[in-house]
Formats: sequence, structure tokens, C-alpha cells
Amino acid sequence: MSGALTILSAGPALSLQDLGRRGYLAKGLTRGGAADLRALHEGAALLGQAPDCAAIEMMGMGGTFEADVDTVIALTGAEMAATLDGAPLIWNASHALSAGAKLVIAGVRAGTYGYLHVAGGFDTPPEMGARSAHLTAGIGALLQASDSLPIEASHARPGLFLTPEGRLSGGVIRMVLSFQSALFSDATRARFGETVFRRDPRANRQGVRLDMAGDGFHAEGGLSIVSEVITPGDIQVTGDGAPYVLMCESQTTGGYPRIGTVLPCDLPKVAQAPAGAELRFQVVSLEEAIAAETRARAEIKALPSRIARLVRDPHDIADLLSYQLISGAVSAAADPFATTGEQP
Amino acid sequence: MSAPPTIARVGLTGLLVSFGSAMSEPANRAALAFRTAVEAEDWPEVSETMMSLVSVFVAVDLVTAPAEEIEARLREVLARQDWYAAELPSGRTLWHVPTVYGTDLAPQLEEAAEVAGLDPDEAIRQLSTARVRVLTLGFAPGQPYLGELPEVWNIPRQQGLTKSVPRGALVTAIRQLIIFTGPTPTGWRHVGQTAFRNFNQQAEVPFALSPGDELVFPAIDRAAFDKLSAPNSYGAAEREVIA
Repeated sequence: MSGALTILSAGPALSLQDLGRRGYLAKGLTRGGAADLRALHEGAALLGQAPDCAAIEMMGMGGTFEADVDTVIALTGAEMAATLDGAPLIWNASHALSAGAKLVIAGVRAGTYGYLHVAGGFDTPPEMGARSAHLTAGIGALLQASDSLPIEASHARPGLFLTPEGRLSGGVIRMVLSFQSALFSDATRARFGETVFRRDPRANRQGVRLDMAGDGFHAEGGLSIVSEVITPGDIQVTGDGAPYVLMCESQTTGGYPRIGTVLPCDLPKVAQAPAGAELRFQVVSLEEAIAAETRARAEIKALPSRIARLVRDPHDIADLLSYQLISGAVSAAADPFATTGEQP
Repeated sequence: MSAPPTIARVGLTGLLVSFGSAMSEPANRAALAFRTAVEAEDWPEVSETMMSLVSVFVAVDLVTAPAEEIEARLREVLARQDWYAAELPSGRTLWHVPTVYGTDLAPQLEEAAEVAGLDPDEAIRQLSTARVRVLTLGFAPGQPYLGELPEVWNIPRQQGLTKSVPRGALVTAIRQLIIFTGPTPTGWRHVGQTAFRNFNQQAEVPFALSPGDELVFPAIDRAAFDKLSAPNSYGAAEREVIA
């Protein structure tokens, strides 16, 4: 049965996102898509579906949602306080969402971009091969209260859980040198590697500005560099010497020099770092970068095999009466499945 | 004299073939022709290509494809001819885009003329008869950088930014013109207004222009502009194929 998920109230930056659009660079359009691509894969693994299904990306805070058919949702990415008809929901898990139940997703607890996935994906008409809003290009728009997104009734399995790769609090970001790195002196690049940056609150899907104590970073050639291709992850240094990590909705070309490029597998960590979080950059060799990226891709492929049951289904428990059921209760505030080092 | 082309790695996402370190007509033509040649090779590792003013980005997943091997293939294509002397590809499109110069629709025509050292009528005569080429698309979807205008138009960007110029605005600086895809703050001077749409995601072909296309901006008056209807999805413009 076809139905809809209606947004009853919306945070300031909700948008529909998928893997984005490829093939339009020559026309001036970057890929766009989810700021944290890994979260899209995690949601797909939890719901047992393809990673190109569209999900709602929620920057900083969520909203209130209601479906008119029974479905199953998954919550991934930045951890947010979520309740279903008042009962707390665990993040990084799949949950049944019955028709008429109220799903409330409040402010972020850790990270920046949370994702609300629905079984089968949101079935809006694709534009230019994708359902993503590309806000800087004017494709699609932010989601607002009273928007309804088409979904299908589904019996995907609720109560599944995934321990995500920790990426919500900044840290060390690996980068490779790129074609403009040599425009910066060795001393400048060394200082860049030693600097502790903080994510500036001015950050969006286009770019993340980095703050630091001390002088800015300047290229030898100054500002007279011919405009060149930009790829997501490029670390661009603007006129005032402040670096920006360029993200999924960056421009396709730019005239400010790039000191290097963040590895694609570390880009979700940059996207998710909350305002004020510390970020440091470590240059790795091409070989190390290829090894790290290959490992990360293998991990994403293996996500479905890492799905665990959140709460055991009574039908699966042969000796139900021998269980002390109450001790299995879980709270969204204390995450019993978190592994060490991943606490916000 | 043109410097020999260089090949560099772009992170883990591809290679950049560069034909110069500054905008020049031969380097832009070389990039246009070289990109066409690389596209024709149809290598399975290459997911897409794009040209900026003087270079060609060849998107290759360097995690799975060895950079040296792709570079060797690009060098083989580079060695085939003198790309700086390459002819412009055929089959490009020439667009005629009716334009209002000056008036309240394009309030910086007189200022731009003055900076260029021309009187306004001469400025309009030059801009409305210049035939310019799409040097590259970028910044916003389908947005063309057009050139090159005569040397007299080598005028700098203005110091401050104009808060916003509308979609279809024709702006100029540094011997180039841009038609804006959407409302944009800019340091370029707003000399003309068109009804042209660079990008329309509802159209079957969402982008009007391709690198290498040529454009002229014949002058129309304000009354004619107000009567313009949009005969196709790109706004009021006529086009013909450049043989």
C-alpha cells in the first residue's frame, strides 16, 4: 500500500538526500548527496535495502513525523534525542513506525547530520537521476512542516542495531597532497600539520570553515591562481588565510589554492564534527591513502553482516519464561552498545 | 610560446591535464580539443571529464585504477598533436541572445564603459557584436565564462560586491562575460540583461550550453525585452549549428 510520511514540524535544515548526482561536473554541478555518505550505507544495511534509497538529512535538529501506513524506519548519523509516542528510541537502529504514531526527533546530542531512513526509501520523483536536494544549485529545497513524502507500507525488520564507526567528535583527519599543495611552502605545510583547528559554526553542505589560533596559511602565488577543478574534501585556503574543507555541494571550480585533499573515508568525520570540535590534519602517502580507502570500502560492504538484534523478538526465544525481561530495557540516553572511545 | 602540458594527481579522484598557468586563448582551445579527444577514447576507468579555463580534469577512481597507467595513456593522447594549435571542434552551437544594455535593468553599463575608456554607445556597439565562446562552465550549474572580449575590456572587478544581480544578468570583467544562472552577489559589472536560462532542471536537457559553444548578444530595447516570450526552455534565444 502506498502512503506518505508527513512532516508535522521541521528543524531549520531538513532535506532529502541520497548518493547525489554524478556526471554533471562538466556542466558546473557537483555531486551533492548526503553530507555523511557512510550514514546512508548504515541506514540501508539496517533496513536491508540498497544504499541509493533517499533519506531525510537533519542538520542539528530533527522534527515531528507521522506516517499514514505501517512502516519501518532507521536512525543513523549524528545522535539525536528521539521518541516514538513518547517512548525513547535508540539511535543506529531500526524501529517499527505504525500508522498514526508520532515520531519526534529533537536536537543533536553528538555530531551534526542525523538521518531518518524509511523502508523502501522516500519515493519522490527523481530529478536528473537523483532525489537529493542540491541547495546551492537550486535543485529541490529544504523540507518544511506539512510536506508529505511518498512511502510504501513495509514489513522490514525492526529492532536491528548497528555499532557505527565513531566519527561524531572530530579528531585526526587524513589527507593526501594534491595538485596545488606545492604552492604552499614546506614550512607552511608543516605548520598546517601541527595546527589544532576547530570547526567554525559557519559550516554547511558547501564547506566547513576551520578556525585556529595564530597566522593564516598563504600560498606563494597569492591569489592570482587560475580557477581549477574542486573535488569534495579539498582543503581550500581563502584570502584571509583560513582553511575550508569543501564538501558535497561545493562549486565545481575555484580560484583559491588547495593545500591538500581529505580522504573520502574521513570526510564523514569532517561533516559530523560539531561546531567547536577539534580537527587536526595528517598527510598520508598515496599508498597509505589507497589502503585506508580500500579498507573503508570493505567495511561498508560488510555492514549488513554486522547488524545485531536490539531487543530479542519473543518469537525467537524458546524459553521465554525463564528470561528476566525487565533488565533488557534500554534507554536512548545511555547507549549500552557503544564501543570504547565513541562517546560524544 | 606555450608551456608543455603537465599532468598532476587530483587527490584520489583523478588526474588534471593542464595547458597553462593563466587563461589564454590557445590554452583554452587546447583544453577543449583535448577533452573531446579523451571523451572519444571512452576508457572504462574514466567516469567523467570536465574542462576549466585551461585544463582538463579526468575523473578516475585512483583507489582501484593505477594513476601511472592512466597518466601514460593521457601522455599518449597528448603526443598525438600540438593541442595549442587544435582546431575548434565542429557541431558546436551558436546562440543569439537578445540583450538590453544599460537602463534600470543593467545599471552598470555606463560605469563599465567609463572604466574601459569608451563612450556608452561604443561600448554597446562592441558588446552587442562581439562573438564570444564558452571558455568553461562552472560556479553555478550551466553558468558560462565567455571570452575573450577585445583588450579594451580587460577591466578589473569592482572593489565592492553588488549585493545581487538577477538570473540572466550579463556581467563583465577581465575580457570575459558571464550570464548568471541565478541571483548572485558579484564583483563583475552588470552591463546587460537577458531572458536566458543556463539551467532548467525540468527541461529534458537541463543545461543550455556546452564548453565551446559561441554566443552573440544583439541589442534590443527595453520595450522589446518586456515583450519577450520564452519560445523554448532556455529563454528567448535562437541557435544555429556551427559547422
